[in-house]
Amino acid sequence: MLTKYLFYFFSILAIFASVMVLMSKKPIHSVLYLTLAFLAIAGHFILLNAQFIAIVNVIVYAGAIMVLFLFTVMLLNLNIAIEHQKSNLIKITAVIAAGLLFVTITGATKKLDIVYNHNQVVTQIGMVKNLGKILFSDFRLPFEVSGILFLSAMVGTVMLGKKTGD
Amino acid sequence: MIPLTNRSKTVSNKKMTFAERLYLPGIVSGMFITLKHFFRKKTTIKYPEKKREFAEIYRGRHVLKRDDEGRERCTACGLCALACPAEAITMVAEERKPGEEHLYREEKYAKIYEIDMLRCIFCGLCEEACPKEAIFLTKETVISGFHRDVFIYGKDRLVESADPDKRIDITKRLTPEVIEFKKDKKQRHNRK
Amino acid sequence: MLIFKLILIVSILLLSLLIAMYSTLFERKIAGFFQDRFGPDRAGPGGIFQPLADGLKLFFKEEFMPAKADKFLYILGPSLTMLVALLTSAIIPWGPGITFKGTHYYFQVADINIGVLYSFAVVSVGVYGIMIGGWASNNKFSLLGAIRASSQMISYELTMGLSIIAIVMMTGSLSLKDIVTAQHGFNWNIWYQPLGFLIFLTCAYAECNRSPFDLPECETELIGGYHTEYSSMKLGFYLFAEYINMFISSAMISTLYFGGYNFPFMDSPALSVNAVGIIGTFVLFLKIGFFGFLYMWIRWTLPRFRYDQLMNLGWKKLIPVAVINMILTGLGIMIFK
Repeated sequence: MLTKYLFYFFSILAIFASVMVLMSKKPIHSVLYLTLAFLAIAGHFILLNAQFIAIVNVIVYAGAIMVLFLFTVMLLNLNIAIEHQKSNLIKITAVIAAGLLFVTITGATKKLDIVYNHNQVVTQIGMVKNLGKILFSDFRLPFEVSGILFLSAMVGTVMLGKKTGD
Repeated sequence: MIPLTNRSKTVSNKKMTFAERLYLPGIVSGMFITLKHFFRKKTTIKYPEKKREFAEIYRGRHVLKRDDEGRERCTACGLCALACPAEAITMVAEERKPGEEHLYREEKYAKIYEIDMLRCIFCGLCEEACPKEAIFLTKETVISGFHRDVFIYGKDRLVESADPDKRIDITKRLTPEVIEFKKDKKQRHNRK
Repeated sequence: MLIFKLILIVSILLLSLLIAMYSTLFERKIAGFFQDRFGPDRAGPGGIFQPLADGLKLFFKEEFMPAKADKFLYILGPSLTMLVALLTSAIIPWGPGITFKGTHYYFQVADINIGVLYSFAVVSVGVYGIMIGGWASNNKFSLLGAIRASSQMISYELTMGLSIIAIVMMTGSLSLKDIVTAQHGFNWNIWYQPLGFLIFLTCAYAECNRSPFDLPECETELIGGYHTEYSSMKLGFYLFAEYINMFISSAMISTLYFGGYNFPFMDSPALSVNAVGIIGTFVLFLKIGFFGFLYMWIRWTLPRFRYDQLMNLGWKKLIPVAVINMILTGLGIMIFK
């Protein structure tokens, strides 16, 4: 019962935040609303019993990437909203593209055979133990490859810093 | 170059060893230095309850002494004003009228005697210059104020009270050396 | 059980606030003692009412807001900082608990199976309070402070995570309850992870914006850093949150590396379950007190880092060392288990 209300709360919050990302005049506000949207989505993950993904979502997206976004926006000093004059051609293109996207999504959802069974959806797959087991058994290769990718990126960063620093 | 103290250290830009570059030994030794201070006796004096002791011959605000019969000693010779390196002392002299013998010891006295405490550097030269043992520096401090004119001390505040109980004790400043110095006739102001 | 949890939440909340309040006094007292002075001792016996006087003063100060400040964000900044500072206390096991009328009450608000990650998430969101406040003040010093805070916290969060991974590898669980239980008695993690502890300690100092990493509020360069434009209780919230962060991070350090509420000889038959419960909580607070003191001790010993030194230390030294520590731990587990 509570879960249902929480679901609606998080959904409304996520949609509101996403809309506000587009509506806000100040770039900083957009970034902050985007963070709010991420937090709301993390709430959804928790409702799906996927705590690990929820927390990682908060750490990585809300905690690191959005902070970098905010950082950049602050450094660029985009406080004054400069409204670029857009030509009619761009406006028409944008409307057509958005319309096409809308049609595609509606079509896809209509085709999709949603069987909503609450008991089936709530699984233990999102728990850390199960997730770890799956990652290290079924998805071992992709996991290790992505791990090496991240490690090399990190080593590369440190190396770049070393070269320019000293 | 001859070092003034044996505490000076020669600066060298040698490459630091690994242990030094770790900084941890340095940090730990630094922390123990501060910890030593943590247990050290505190230098603070808790002011209103406890006051810092003044030296016996502290040079604070001045007093114009009276003699044993309660007469002012000052004769307004102006030697103190002359000796004053800060030019803080001004005075106006007046002749003693008949019937004022119980007020002034000498035939001439200072009608106005002012010391600007903002100019005064409390060097004590006025005291040394005085041939009549009239002006002395005391252990009292000059009280702070909000206006400059508060610091110009006139006779009302400089002359000590005639009441024998309220006399200001300056015996500590009248050391035998000072008395001996006062008798030295080679000093110009001690000559009659 | 629900009532117990509620009591626990309220008492932890009040306790954090009280401890944060008195940390300000201890900070000043300890600063004084390190500098051969007494520190504040006028308000009440030994200055015991100084925090009340300070709080009262902050309440009566003028509420100032810069003319071109972003009003909503300006208020959101300190509120968020305060909120986030109080959040982490939920997952810390405060004691082995007591048995009352047949039910065992464990002193932990929420034993979530991602405990360590939760604390990370909270810390990583914590930077928003400082950034928002610094930006909304519309002051270049505040902005510089906010930027410094964000880059510093992102850099050190990474290292912190890497140093904790070693602990998680050893315990095999992310839950703080499991981590503490695994350190039963005197089997503390510090004996296995001295390097990890040093890295974690450094990162905790950087995350709390404490000296020698207090660059976001560096007085000599940035006036007050991100809280330059803040006054009254909004400033109070920022300062208060710093002390709560210190308290919580001391608790985290004790929990992760120094066995939390565990103490030697806790299995001796002379002690009943309830006695262990009470002594355990007391021991945990002793450890927290020691680390709180260490925070202040270091603050009044070490000079502030320069900004490039901070970044060099974080990225070029601590991260490689943390990775090496992680690999060594993995090797150790492989060999000895």
